[in-house]
Amino acid sequence: MSEFLSTNIPKFTSAFSAIAIFFIVLGLIFTIAGRANGKKARPIALVIFLAPALLLMLAGVVIPGIRTILFSFMNPDSNEFIGLGNYQWMLEDPNIKTIMINTILWILVVPLFTAALGLLLAVMLDRIKHESIPKSLLFMPMAISFVGASIIFKFVYEYNEPGDVQIGLLSAVVEFFGLTPSDWMLSKPLNTFLLMIIYVWTQMGFGMVILSAAIKGVPSDIVEASALDGAHGWRLFRNITFPMVKGTFVVVLATGVVGALKVFDIVRTMTGGNFSTNVLANEMYSQTFVQFDQGKGSALAVVLFLLVAPILIYNIQSLRKERTH
Amino acid sequence: MAKKLAEHTPGRKIFSSKIATVVVWFVTFVWTVPTLGLLVTSFKDDKKILGEAWWISLLHPDFTFANYKGVFLGDGTESLSAGVLPYFINSIVITLPATIFPIAIATMAAYALAWIRFRGSDFLFFSIFALQVVPLQMALIPLLLLFTGGAHIGSIPIFPALGIAGDFAGIWLPHTMFALPLAIYLLHNFIAGLPRDLMEAAYVDGANHFTVFRRIVLPLAVPGIASIAIFQFLWVWNDLLVALTFASGTEEVAPINSKLASLVGQYGSGYTQLSAGAFITIAIPLIVFFSLQRYFVRGLLAGSVK
Repeated sequence: MSEFLSTNIPKFTSAFSAIAIFFIVLGLIFTIAGRANGKKARPIALVIFLAPALLLMLAGVVIPGIRTILFSFMNPDSNEFIGLGNYQWMLEDPNIKTIMINTILWILVVPLFTAALGLLLAVMLDRIKHESIPKSLLFMPMAISFVGASIIFKFVYEYNEPGDVQIGLLSAVVEFFGLTPSDWMLSKPLNTFLLMIIYVWTQMGFGMVILSAAIKGVPSDIVEASALDGAHGWRLFRNITFPMVKGTFVVVLATGVVGALKVFDIVRTMTGGNFSTNVLANEMYSQTFVQFDQGKGSALAVVLFLLVAPILIYNIQSLRKERTH
Repeated sequence: MAKKLAEHTPGRKIFSSKIATVVVWFVTFVWTVPTLGLLVTSFKDDKKILGEAWWISLLHPDFTFANYKGVFLGDGTESLSAGVLPYFINSIVITLPATIFPIAIATMAAYALAWIRFRGSDFLFFSIFALQVVPLQMALIPLLLLFTGGAHIGSIPIFPALGIAGDFAGIWLPHTMFALPLAIYLLHNFIAGLPRDLMEAAYVDGANHFTVFRRIVLPLAVPGIASIAIFQFLWVWNDLLVALTFASGTEEVAPINSKLASLVGQYGSGYTQLSAGAFITIAIPLIVFFSLQRYFVRGLLAGSVK
């Protein structure tokens, strides 16, 4: 017990002293810099407010990003240029082909399901009493980590030999309907889709909540007027509701694409990327930290970045549009 | 009034109330059952976990805290450190500074971008906005090399090795760096929306930027800051990639999430440890979620419905 305390109390001490030092330094800087007046006051304030963030982003994201691009043209130890070798490896390696197909499947299927299901539920929630209870329960998985969600679904996807008791919910349901369950994580290509379900399970609430807010923002007089004109059901949805929330729907889709591209925890926890379920982000980690090939790892990271790039450009364009209004 | 409003929203006209109620509650049931399954399993007797389905166990409850005791404190045969408790402590020690640091730094930067006009501020804002989409993977290797070996141009060192790899500081720092772009963008939305009259009156009264920041911006931006801090808290608590890369996986620094991920891989460790361990890990986010849901939703909306 005393050994336990002596190793763990210093951890808290270090965290709290780090926080304390951080705020003391900040307070001192504020007090000293606050005395400056006249022409220098504004530039000094600007530097103090902005420089910490800019330096950290420069050292932590921008420069490393550029170095990763350079590393992608280098050997495993990043000390010799080898041209396009790592990219050529990607084109030729059959594993990478599977990985690319899976990654593309993820970014096609997952965002669409997340957004469509989110929209459906958002529309229906608007229609029922006591909506806050189902809303919170549907939203809850968003707070759970992908590792936690994967373990939850490990129990759902648990499989025993036929004849044994099925303790996995999926196997039991399949058996209930008179079918034969199989070892889910080994059955391709179904296993990839079962992994996607975990992602959709955690992220659907995001789409639902923001689409629900958007639907409540649709002006009621517009709805009222079109209802008087005889628009109901599907027609009302297609002609009035959906066009009004389309912008939000696109945001949900884009967020889904970025998230699905970077999915790593689920695949790593559930299958370790085996049984043809591997994806780009997991392979990047394996190449770098298991195979110790920084060249291939970096090249995979660059591909990941290139796949996100269109969304990045789209986001910037819509922000620019929004700002000029 | 609320009822009248509800009748006018479009959903009212698209589905009949009955169908909507049935579908929503059915999906809610399906959505909740997996978590319920884990919860029930984690209270089951060691020998029954594999022999009996959890929904059957619900019919004749015979539950035990043994799994939690075992996974939290170790099984008693070894030292206390055999359990996940040290990792749980690490998670707290990692998460608090890794939430406070980036939020504080981002709030300052967001204020500067919103209220101190300078040439290039728009360009800077757009660049920061663009950075938030850049995958973490783009930064991992060089950043780890920077922490272990410093930076060189040729053989000339331009930055010393920080020597913080495998230390708590070595996890706080990358979390802080990676969080900044999104946090600055979201906080900018809140802070730029503060009433202009109020700010200008303060400047006219001779208040400098530091005073305005502390006396006006911070108090008014508290709801926004809180909602973004909750997100950062959950992100750090739930993170696996940064933890695997920058924490060594030992009980000195590794968070509970990475311990749990490694438990999944060890086949022998069994489902008792896994179910209780997983529930311990998700308990904190769930408590945060249910007690601060309003802020959580607000943070979500700030980022997306714009």
